[in-house]
Amino acid sequence: MPTPVDAVMLQQRAAQLGRRSIKTTSKAAALQMAVSMLDLTTLEGADTPGQVRALCARAKAPCPRDLGIDVPPVAAACVYPRLVPAAVEALEGSPVRIASVATAFPSGQSSLDLRLKETQAAVGAGAHEIDMVISRGLFLSGRQRDVVDEIRMVRAAAGDAHLKVILETGELETADNIRRGADCVLEAVASESDLGHGEVFLKTSTGKVSPAATPSSVLILLEAARAHYRSTGIRLGVKPAGGIRRSKQALHLLVMVRETLGPHWLTPALFRIGASSLLDDLVRQLIKLRSGRYASLDEVGIT
Amino acid sequence: MSNSGTIEWDYAPAPERIRPDISDEYGLFIDGAFVEPESGESFKTVNPATGQTIARVASAGAADVDKAVKAAKAAGGKWSRLKPTERAKFLFRIARRLQECARELAVLETMDGGKPICESRDVDLPLAAQHFFYHAGWADKLQWAFPGCTPRPRGVCGQIIPWNFPLLMAAWKIAPALACGNTVVLKPAETTPLTALHLARVFQEVDLPPGVVNILTGAGETGAAIVDHPGVKKIAFTGSTDVGRGIMHALASRDVPLTLELGGKSPNIVFADAAIDQAVEGVVSGIWFNQGHVCCAGSRLFVEESIVEPFVAALRERMGRLRVGDPLDKNTDVGAINSREQLNRIEALVACGQEEGAILHEINDDPLPKRGNWHRPCFFTGVEPSHVIAREEIFGPVLSVMTFRTPQEALRRANSTPYGLAAGVWTDKGSKVFDIAGALEAGVVWCNTYNKFDAASPFGGCKASGFGREGGRHGLRPYLNLRSSGA
Repeated sequence: MPTPVDAVMLQQRAAQLGRRSIKTTSKAAALQMAVSMLDLTTLEGADTPGQVRALCARAKAPCPRDLGIDVPPVAAACVYPRLVPAAVEALEGSPVRIASVATAFPSGQSSLDLRLKETQAAVGAGAHEIDMVISRGLFLSGRQRDVVDEIRMVRAAAGDAHLKVILETGELETADNIRRGADCVLEAVASESDLGHGEVFLKTSTGKVSPAATPSSVLILLEAARAHYRSTGIRLGVKPAGGIRRSKQALHLLVMVRETLGPHWLTPALFRIGASSLLDDLVRQLIKLRSGRYASLDEVGIT
Repeated sequence: MSNSGTIEWDYAPAPERIRPDISDEYGLFIDGAFVEPESGESFKTVNPATGQTIARVASAGAADVDKAVKAAKAAGGKWSRLKPTERAKFLFRIARRLQECARELAVLETMDGGKPICESRDVDLPLAAQHFFYHAGWADKLQWAFPGCTPRPRGVCGQIIPWNFPLLMAAWKIAPALACGNTVVLKPAETTPLTALHLARVFQEVDLPPGVVNILTGAGETGAAIVDHPGVKKIAFTGSTDVGRGIMHALASRDVPLTLELGGKSPNIVFADAAIDQAVEGVVSGIWFNQGHVCCAGSRLFVEESIVEPFVAALRERMGRLRVGDPLDKNTDVGAINSREQLNRIEALVACGQEEGAILHEINDDPLPKRGNWHRPCFFTGVEPSHVIAREEIFGPVLSVMTFRTPQEALRRANSTPYGLAAGVWTDKGSKVFDIAGALEAGVVWCNTYNKFDAASPFGGCKASGFGREGGRHGLRPYLNLRSSGA
């Protein structure tokens, strides 16, 4: 039996959690935490090794040193498989992990065989984390069984690398579908007796489709992770991605995690935010907290 | 990666700092001005979250009521003959002014009544303004609201409102009365008089003609004097069922139309096929919104037996996340109990529930403030339909959880109450929604949601919850004499 989700109360709750007032010390801690949970991402056709090196430098030291603000490194740098070697080189010896999209990102429209090979290649090149896409075509044609099987196979192909499963919520469209998509992931990992906390993530979007990580769609994933925790004791990770550009959105996400899954879920091991330009705003807000004035974009060392 | 290094992250205090312009003393608002009471008496109004006195407020006696009714009557002629589009302008200006000073009024509402600032800011104030906007639109369209009739105002309307939504109830009462061309004598509740008095300041600011609205503060005797005054041509009351019965008695021999919005013991019915996470949210907002000081609070929860265990577990966890405390903190979910008297009543009923063998669940361990009136949100399981806590209105943050096996049993149990104000139905199956909603004895039924209010949607009860509707076209009817155009 699918788990129904009712959009009216879902949206009401998601909006309500956006009205928490996060100020002073709480805001400073939240901004730092958001940086540490960031999957700093570049997924463009124009990406080059040089561009990835710049991104990785920023991932290790998100705030230019001359600003004198102590900011932790981000959680991971997220790139296309072909650019994983560049990231490996640039991040050598740093705590920043390397995430690679795979499985014919963003559409997933290639043969299963090729998608599995791409996954193995990305891991082989040094990716610690694989961001896969589910086949929305299979899902929407009613073949959810096959979606579950594919997730299992990609998980096997990824080996020890952690797996983030992108549902592409904007294409699934309804709250019921998004929950059903998340439940496919729950089902795919249910048979893994030795699954560890945070080895598998539920991820909203590729960032290539709008709407992406809306508060409501994130809340559905959080509720699915909560259901899995209640029935198995295993904590799945959750990663909103796509359209998260402002600190205020990041704080809203942290509030949603805290009040849906609890404060112990607020760790980069269990919660990530996929974004590219969000880091600029987080750093500007940290500058604002310290100096009382908003910094211009020119001051934060954007890549 | 491990979980070590997790930052135990919580919300820093986020107090609303703005302070409204509060006077030390308030007179009665009669004929457009604040005046000393003939009675010479006054009483204090207290911040229930701190126990501190906020201001002294005049207590209106019979002579003051007489003065106010006469002022309302004198203003009535001109007001009722004013071009309807001009009346609409006044209502519109009141609405705009309420929006302009919404922040100050929200703080005042929270200080005087104890409700969390997020609620007075996001619910009470926007809805109060909406009621004036909405009724501004009706003022010049009354003959189309009641085709074939010539609608005429009734005259002086006596209105008595409760302490749970002080400003919002004032708006619910005053806006339709004025739109229909009536004049008003309104009495706010004894424990929460301040926002109504500041609404009077708004009336002054927008140059509402003197006497069109008069606001008399006082206790039950003041209300009784309004009800008994022969110059009053319509009574509207929101409050307890006992007082409502008394008013009905008093008006039994007089040709004064009456609307009553009284107590409730509203059922929230959750079927096994509902969207459970959302149903939990609905139950939470149904009972813990405004500390449960809500006439339509979903205070009886009926859960289908097959899902009661996970549902109660989820409810417990969610209840544990409610933030109880300083109502002026923007992150507070549950504020202070409105008065010592009400707290005593809640505590007595909770004790009664435990005596009768129901199990109390109360898991919010944060310390409560030392001063003021506080009660933790809680719920009872093991409640039988015959228990006092399942029958009497508690008007506090106390929920009774019961079960049912079939839809017919759910209906039987839900309807087994003297009250009939509101109800909630939670199921993903559309046909079931219509079956159940149609058979529930309640003035308002919410499906897969709860506590949704809109100026365009009539609100009111049946059975011991009263009669008459407020809001929408239905809400205009009690404020009009309808004569057939052909007669």
